[in-house]
Amino acid sequence: MNRSPRRAVLAWFAARPGWRAFGLAGPAVVWLLAFFLIPLGLMLGTSVMPRGVYGGVEWGFTFEHYGRFADRMYLSILWRTAQDAGITTLICLLMGYPVAYVIARSGPWKNFLLFLVVLPFWTSFLVRTFAMIFLLRDTGLINAMLLRFGLIAEPIQMLYTPWAVLVGLVYGFLPFMVLPIYASLEKMDWTLLEAAEVLGARPAARFLRITLPLSLPGVAAGCCLVFIPSLGSFLTSDLLGGAKQILIGNLVQNQFTSARNWPFGSAASFVLMAVVLVGVMVWQRIRDADERAI
Amino acid sequence: MDDVVEFVRVSKTFAAYRAVDNISFEVRRGEFFSILGPSGCGKTTTLRLLAGFEQPDADGGEVRLLGERVNERRPYERQIAMVFQSYALFPHLSVERNVAFGLEMRAVSASDVPKRVAAALELVRLDPGVFGRRMPAQLSGGQRQRVALARALVLEPALLLLDEPLGAIDLKLRKEMQFELKQLNRQLGTTFVYVTHDQEEALTMSDRIAVMSNSRIAQLGSPAEIYENPRTPFVARFIGESNFLEGTAVEPDGEGWLVVDDGGHRWHLPAGPGVAGGRRVSVAVRPEWLDLFRPGETPAGENVLPGIVRDVVYLGETLHVVVRVAPERDLTVALRNEGQLARPLPWARGDAVHLGWLPGDSQVLEAD
Repeated sequence: MNRSPRRAVLAWFAARPGWRAFGLAGPAVVWLLAFFLIPLGLMLGTSVMPRGVYGGVEWGFTFEHYGRFADRMYLSILWRTAQDAGITTLICLLMGYPVAYVIARSGPWKNFLLFLVVLPFWTSFLVRTFAMIFLLRDTGLINAMLLRFGLIAEPIQMLYTPWAVLVGLVYGFLPFMVLPIYASLEKMDWTLLEAAEVLGARPAARFLRITLPLSLPGVAAGCCLVFIPSLGSFLTSDLLGGAKQILIGNLVQNQFTSARNWPFGSAASFVLMAVVLVGVMVWQRIRDADERAI
Repeated sequence: MDDVVEFVRVSKTFAAYRAVDNISFEVRRGEFFSILGPSGCGKTTTLRLLAGFEQPDADGGEVRLLGERVNERRPYERQIAMVFQSYALFPHLSVERNVAFGLEMRAVSASDVPKRVAAALELVRLDPGVFGRRMPAQLSGGQRQRVALARALVLEPALLLLDEPLGAIDLKLRKEMQFELKQLNRQLGTTFVYVTHDQEEALTMSDRIAVMSNSRIAQLGSPAEIYENPRTPFVARFIGESNFLEGTAVEPDGEGWLVVDDGGHRWHLPAGPGVAGGRRVSVAVRPEWLDLFRPGETPAGENVLPGIVRDVVYLGETLHVVVRVAPERDLTVALRNEGQLARPLPWARGDAVHLGWLPGDSQVLEAD
């Protein structure tokens, strides 16, 4: 028998399904263990240790960092963060759904339009956010135009406001809403809408009774993909919101950098994670209940 | 007013392509009307014009439903029902909710809905208790077909459109459904317009058939008229099988004409439109109307063509004998199989035979 080494290896794996699964998924599993789970454990440890005088931690055990979240100030940061993320998600949904719908029905233009949606990813988010500063600041493009045409007498303060943060967040996360909704609309059989139409359904009824329910998995995925990262975002509020309105992401960042309070930063991260987990679990519950109702 | 549907010189053009070209027909109340043709002949566009998914060209004639012009009316304003080729059941709704959909859209009172849904499911022989709560994905193809039918019939429409609804199910079930559809059509008195490319399906179920070819109606008539008296070579070829002969009418002969065909043989044709002295004639003869004889044994009064047996094809119910006649033309003769083991055919490949047929069984064709 003429058996090459390649064939021998393949045969060895073929005979052992368990090892084959490990061979396929193993590298990624090891990677995640090393670079996600272990640092996460270290953070958890850090969050319950006393703060070191010059940064870092000292040996010991304490819940005081978590206790600080009872403070109104931190609670309000947490609340504002959730609010911003919620509003961002809602705006992305309202603007992204029609876009996804148009692309899904655009026939031969489909691929080109999808390309346009992902085009912003070709440059870094940081660069794009900086570019927005040039648009929004008092001497920026928008104010300059408005002044030029005499629509305003003096520049409107746009940069370093809560609105600027929302604009930045929506801009940054819109593609993450469009893509999953597009994917679920793309799979839909459009003759269903014709069937509904013959059965007497007007356009609004066709959307509410057929299109929307069938695209809900995409809507759910899009909302998760927008809501969760906006909860943890810090770059946008840092650059566009100024120091006036910090989000929990900025709090974490500050604690690890200028404030040199690693344990509190770690604790804030875990609080954020708990909020996300609870949110996802509630969502899952609602969806399970929905499926059972059907 | 007993025409449910009227097409008056209707045309529909997509970009530069004329999908439906100046067609006119009526569908009578309670009729099972089929539109039959190969793919791309315009039959689906015709159905979509009827449903309201397409509108005729601006100067493209008139589509009338129950006596009213409906050219611009949307499908949801037309009070019709339709069964789609892919069934188009709503995958996120149970069987009951699928069937109830049209009733809800037409604001039927909520207390009547369950009763009518159950009645519609029973009509298509699905037990509402067993199937009502199932999702479309949990049904077989045949069951989905029935749900689609129930969803349409529950509205008690004046007109039911069916777009090749039996294409995707297996042969045995298809035969059953053909029978059931015909039953429903009779029992409910609903007018059916049925689009298909399957000639056998159309012949089995229809009261009348419109055969379409190249965006026009090639012939419209009862199944017997279409099969026994096809008007053009296309119809003769598309519905059943046919043998084609060409020749020239030379002189009147008793009640008909004497024809000399392109192989130099002489035979008779009954008088009729399109046959005149010196005119070229194109004639179709169905395989089952031809018979085989030993040379010289053809009965008096039948046309005779000499030939050589090229092949004998065993089909079970029938046998096809392919005979080569001058000039280089193969004709098929269908013979009833009387048992090849007990009484084998007396013909074998290479035998000289005479083909015989009654002059009245020849169908004179117009050009396509």
